[in-house]
Amino acid sequence: MNIAKIKEDFPILKRKIHNGKRLVYLDSAATSQKPRSIVQAMDNYYYQNNANVHRGIHLLAEEATQMYELARKKIADFVEVKDPSQLIFTRNTTESINLISYTWGWKFLDEGDVILTTEMEHHSNIVPWFSLAKERKLSVKFIRITNEGKLDLKHYQDLLKLNPKVVAFTHMSNVLGTINPAKEIIDLAHKTGAITVIDGAQSVPHLPVDIDDLDADFYAFSAHKMCGPTGIGILFGKKDLLEKMPPFLGGGDMIKKVTFNGFTTNSIPHKFEAGTPAIAQAIGFGAAVDYLSSIGMEKIFAHEKALISYAMKILIDIPGLKIIGPSAEDRGGVISFVLDQIHPHDVAQILDESGIAVRAGHHCAMPLHEKFHLAASTRASLYLYNTNDDIDKLKKGLLHVRKIFE
Amino acid sequence: MDDLYREIIIDHYKNPRHKGRLDKSDFSFEDENPLCGDHLQIELRVDENQNVMDAKFDGNGCAISISTADLLIDSIIGKSVEELKELKKQDILDLLGIKLSPVRLKCALLSLKVLKAAIYELQVASDDLAK
Repeated sequence: MNIAKIKEDFPILKRKIHNGKRLVYLDSAATSQKPRSIVQAMDNYYYQNNANVHRGIHLLAEEATQMYELARKKIADFVEVKDPSQLIFTRNTTESINLISYTWGWKFLDEGDVILTTEMEHHSNIVPWFSLAKERKLSVKFIRITNEGKLDLKHYQDLLKLNPKVVAFTHMSNVLGTINPAKEIIDLAHKTGAITVIDGAQSVPHLPVDIDDLDADFYAFSAHKMCGPTGIGILFGKKDLLEKMPPFLGGGDMIKKVTFNGFTTNSIPHKFEAGTPAIAQAIGFGAAVDYLSSIGMEKIFAHEKALISYAMKILIDIPGLKIIGPSAEDRGGVISFVLDQIHPHDVAQILDESGIAVRAGHHCAMPLHEKFHLAASTRASLYLYNTNDDIDKLKKGLLHVRKIFE
Repeated sequence: MDDLYREIIIDHYKNPRHKGRLDKSDFSFEDENPLCGDHLQIELRVDENQNVMDAKFDGNGCAISISTADLLIDSIIGKSVEELKELKKQDILDLLGIKLSPVRLKCALLSLKVLKAAIYELQVASDDLAK
């Protein structure tokens, strides 16, 4: 992997901030930067092909429809899903998970049913289940994590004895970086008859994911964390599940027929795509998976593994720095930490003055921080365009933070 | 460089003059900023003329919120409750003497927010007594 060449693809990385400092972007878990080709793909669509999809009988409408559906096919190939009609375009991972809770959940769950999720979830894989549980009188149970920040699989097996209807978990934690054994978790869930909902917001951008092989029932991810535009995400659902589910939003495109007496729904995936979709963003999403595929997900993953090993090795030397989560072996390119008693907002602010962008706070995982008795943490997250030099800058920046507060 | 973390701010953060609890307070109020986990409590003691005799704050937070709370308490002792009501955002910025981004402004304004709530409650309490 030629990182110097990759960096050339991202114009923003040339930007100088705070009096000429090179931008060191370590916040890709929040959103990734965008290569030129993605923006160009969306520009080209707007300048050459712009029309609404699916209904038009003119050339531009046909081109736009073709481009939109080709993007779906490219994304399906990228995550190894044979049948692209199982991929629904949503706004993002959060909307994807809400779609499941509001349609499948409302229809198929009843009073007393149990939903399992984990202590390391992002709020988007907790709150939709709490909302549903409140309305339908369900219970939500949390699979414990170990002090090291890995899922406690023994506790998971104990909870499976409750015969849960849903097992919802993150493939990769956005705070700890932990990569969960998705296949094993799914297999165990299926044995007790539960369906699985996987939050893939952090996994799909960073590691090779084969949804068909995982045998996931639902799998959600967002474009903007994987070099694509904001405003578009994917919900994968198994065909038989999607067909049984009621529609989510009602309106144009999702119907087959509307009369004065009612309506019949369109086939999947259109049944779940009411209204004019984010066409340009879908095309940009397609360009993003083209871009990532041209480099290779195996290579990107290996690059991030090397970076995170380096980061964990050199940051641990900083006095007062405590890293949360597992060893480099069990994690992707995310590292969250606390530095002495210094508030993460102060850490992030001082790093920013050195041109280093990190995130501070609870990273939409308040229960996880509660588990570790922390109000907040500082998080550095990596992607294909980061280098060891970025990690060195982070270390230097953190030593400077300590100096200010000593 | 590090304008935001001027010596005075670091000093008030590390060695706050007014952090702790009052033995006896006429009023106290607490609030938090859930986004950053900051938690702040302010206690006031006033004399019969409604002048602040003593005040303290307690809680935890970032350097900006803690140092601002300390500077704010420092500035209100001896003032009347009526004067405290007039305190505005700009007064806080003047105390700090730095520019703040919208996000960090929330850290700086937490103590004023808590103080205003405390005064309001204090006012209601004395109005009730006057009835």
